[in-house]
Order: sequence, then structure tokens, then C-alpha cells
Amino acid sequence: MGNGQGLAGKTVIAGVGQTEYGKRGAMKGRTELSLLLEAITRAAEDAGIPLDEIDGFTSFGFERHEPVLVQATLGIPELRHSSIVWGGGGGGSTAAIMNAAMAVATGLCRNAVVYRSICQGQYERYGQFRPRPAFGAFCSPFGLMTPAQMTALTTRRHMHLYGTSRDHLAEIALTFRRHAQRNPKAIMYGKPLDRETYFAARRIADPFHLYDCCLETDGACAVVITSADRARDLANQAVKLLAVAQASGPRWSLGPMGTHNMPVDDYASINSKAVGRLVFEQAGLTPSDIDVAQIYDAFTGLIPMALEDYGFCGRGESGDFIAAGNLSWPHGGLPSNTSGGLLSEAYLHGMNLVIEGVRQMRGTSTCQVEGAETCLVTSGGGGGHKSAAILGR
Amino acid sequence: MSYFPDEMPVPVAGPDDGPFWEACRKRELRIQCCADCGTFRHPPVPVCYHCRSQNTDWKQVSGDGEVFSYTIATHPTHPAVKSMASYNVAVVMLDGAGDVRLISNVMEIADENLSIGMRVKLCWDQLSDGQLVPRFVPAQENAHG
Repeated sequence: MGNGQGLAGKTVIAGVGQTEYGKRGAMKGRTELSLLLEAITRAAEDAGIPLDEIDGFTSFGFERHEPVLVQATLGIPELRHSSIVWGGGGGGSTAAIMNAAMAVATGLCRNAVVYRSICQGQYERYGQFRPRPAFGAFCSPFGLMTPAQMTALTTRRHMHLYGTSRDHLAEIALTFRRHAQRNPKAIMYGKPLDRETYFAARRIADPFHLYDCCLETDGACAVVITSADRARDLANQAVKLLAVAQASGPRWSLGPMGTHNMPVDDYASINSKAVGRLVFEQAGLTPSDIDVAQIYDAFTGLIPMALEDYGFCGRGESGDFIAAGNLSWPHGGLPSNTSGGLLSEAYLHGMNLVIEGVRQMRGTSTCQVEGAETCLVTSGGGGGHKSAAILGR
Repeated sequence: MSYFPDEMPVPVAGPDDGPFWEACRKRELRIQCCADCGTFRHPPVPVCYHCRSQNTDWKQVSGDGEVFSYTIATHPTHPAVKSMASYNVAVVMLDGAGDVRLISNVMEIADENLSIGMRVKLCWDQLSDGQLVPRFVPAQENAHG
């Protein structure tokens, strides 16, 4: 498949692990660390790789657990690689997989685990004001305080330029919620959403109302990366890492999480044109080769901009693409966020999107795309750099 | 009276953006620009992204501009805004400063009347610590269509 370059095909995702997902504060008596250890242990079990042989540890911004602490707590004898990708939220989730894949592909370590744990019941809430060290003086005194507000500004501009509407945003929220109704692991499982309820919901930051915003979740996810050679001996189906890349375009800086001085022509985007180009080049594929996608959906408004940045449709054409039902399983042209995504499954900074990508490639998704051989997983919406991976069967 | 209650965070200036806030205290809106090639940049940083010169100037601008994007925030995310039913945050593209935009607020306007492309003009708003910050009001020309 394709003419891969760079990291393409050298490593695999051998196993995935997750805890139960709960609404923020629901994990009574549990710490972020205990959730993390559970996810890592399950990922190693799923991979069929003994914990003692996990010697690489990677994560991304906002992670609170240093690899040496995780290693020591689990009694793992030797750590050979640790790294953390800059940037919080979700922009680094697949870039952390890239770091793990680089370390494994070069032989620096044998098996690397990529992890994220969130226990907002123990720590602070992401949806509330937190002081921002970079350029905060130009944001907080003017009431710009949360990712919802920051992303609302880029989304509003996209609506102004291209006629993207709340109907399009509704279609996204309702589609992903419908997908979640088939996924017992989803927080919104058993809680369907209809148009009337969507439009009647309270406003958060115009154009975003309640159901345009992702969940606030406590839980943990981990995935184990190993070499393509090792994968042949494993019990469970390993998923190919056809490509994984990280990028940021010119003058993006922190983008909407900063002072909104990105280049005017890129403003109504998610800064993913570069990473989109790189990840498709690496895999030797084009957007039309993608069978299913997991697109970072911290807010509905990120989806139209992502579809355009990754080249699934032209600039300004995402509204029509969405209205045509393309994101919907099973009949859409690009079934997306088939677990319910960050809007309706869980918000683990995008790591749960990676796990759903693995399920799709193993044929075990609750919204399985029949015969799917490629899955795009994207990371990040608002902040700085972006990353993405293409998984293969 | 300030746009926000007194408990709102105030700007904490550092070495790079100090001159911006100092100028505000004199009711002057000064935007950082390159002393060599003239490229405007914001937020303030030590190097010109265009020519990489570290020679810096602070050019005064009129404060006229237009709304580049905006949001109406309703959900209170900070204790200071709990008493407000809603407020707006606007990204304002300034006239005469390249493509520099300021995050600010448009005062004296109903939520539903705010729009992208709307002309605005500068006004100064005093915070609890005495600092003046740039906010905006609709320009007169909007009233005539």
C-alpha cells in the first residue's frame, strides 16, 4: 500500500488499554496515577508484551506523570527512552506516538507506551479559567479564558467567510452522538441527542452551545508501540503505523490559544495543512484513500476546518460536505469519530481517538466500517503544533 | 465604569510587553514594529519575524479598526464574570499596523448587533489597579448604515 517513506511501516500499535471513562469528578477515591497504571497494564496485556519489556515512555503537554515515576511504580526494570511532546490539549497525542515510533524504529528502546491520564476530580478543570503563561496579559483581562471561547472566534470567522452554519455544527454533534449510541464505553451511551435539544441548549460561547463542546472526562488511555518485526509473534492483531507526523505552519505560534495573530489567510483553519501534507506523503496516500477518520473534535467547529486542512474538501466547501452526511456511519463517504469522539465518547486529549482508530483497523469498532484498511487520526484543534497518524490494517 | 468587574485578572507586564502597557497608561496605543524593515508584530517579542532584526520601535496607531471575529461568552469561566449575563470578546484588526489584531471587547453595543467587518474605534478602560487597557466602541459610521 502506497510508497511509504520515513517512519512508514516500521512500527505498529501492538496493544491499547483504557480505563472506564467517567464524567469529571466521577472517579471517586481514585487518583490520576492509578487510572494511568490501569491503562498501561491493560495496553501491555492487549499487546501480549510483558510489562517488564516496556522500556519506552512518551506523552504530551499537560501530562503530570514522569516516566521514571511510572516505571518505578510498575516495577519495570529498565527505562531506555522517555520524551514528552510540547503543547497541551490534544495537539501532541499522535506526536507522542511519533516519538515512541522513532525510539522503537531506531532501536533506542524495544517497546514504548504512549499515555494520558486525566482526573479532573483530583486536579483542575480544563473548561475553567487557568492563568496562561504566554501572552496571558493580552487575553485574560479581556475575558478570553477558555478553549471554547478561543475556538469560537476562529469558527465564527469560518462561518462568516464560507457560510458554515449552526445546522452544519448540529449535524456533526448529532452524528457523533448517534455513533456513541452503539459504543457501551462512551459516556453518552444511552443518551441520544435530537435536533430540538441541540438547538435549545444553553449558550457557552457563541456560536458554541452546550453540545458543541466536548465532554470533561476522567479516565486514562495507553497504547503500546513495537517494531513491525516483533508484531509477527504477537497474539492480538497489530495495527500498522503507515505514517505519523507533526507540524506547524508559518506564524501560527499558539494560534487561538494565544493572541489570534495567525496569518489572515490561515485564521479560519486548524493549522493542519502542513501536517496533512506530510502524513499523506509519508504514507504514499491521498485523502481519497482514507476509509475512516477520527478527527480531533474538542468543539464541533474544529471539524469543518479539519476537513479542509486535511484536503477532504476544498477551502470553504466543508459545510456542503458535512450536510451531505459524509461523516455518518455506515453510509457516509468518510465515516468519522465512530466511537462518538471527544464530543460523545470521552475527552482524553485525543488518545481515545487513537484507540478507536485501532479498533477500526482490527475490525472491532461498534461502528465498524466494513473492509476499512486505512484510518486517519488527527490531533489538536486550537493550540500550537498539530500531529496526525494514518493507521493501516 | 470598567467593562468587567474589579475581580477580573489585570495585565502583568514583562520586559517584552512593558512598553505596550506603559504607553496605554498615557492613553497611547503603540504597536511593536521592526525599526529596520517596519513590519508590525503582536504580541511583543524580541525579534522581527520578517527580517530577524532585534531593533524595535513602538508606533502609535489611531485605534480605529474593524471587528475581525467575535464571540458572545455566556458560560462564566472565572468568578469575576459570574454576575454578567454575557459579554463579548472581539478580535479587532487595527488600521495602519499591518495585520496586527488585538483581543479586546466592544462596549456600548447589544450582543446581537455585533458583526464581523464592523468599524470600531478605541476607548480607554481603567482596571482595578489603575491600568488603562484598550477597548473599543462602534464607530459613528456604522450608525448610518
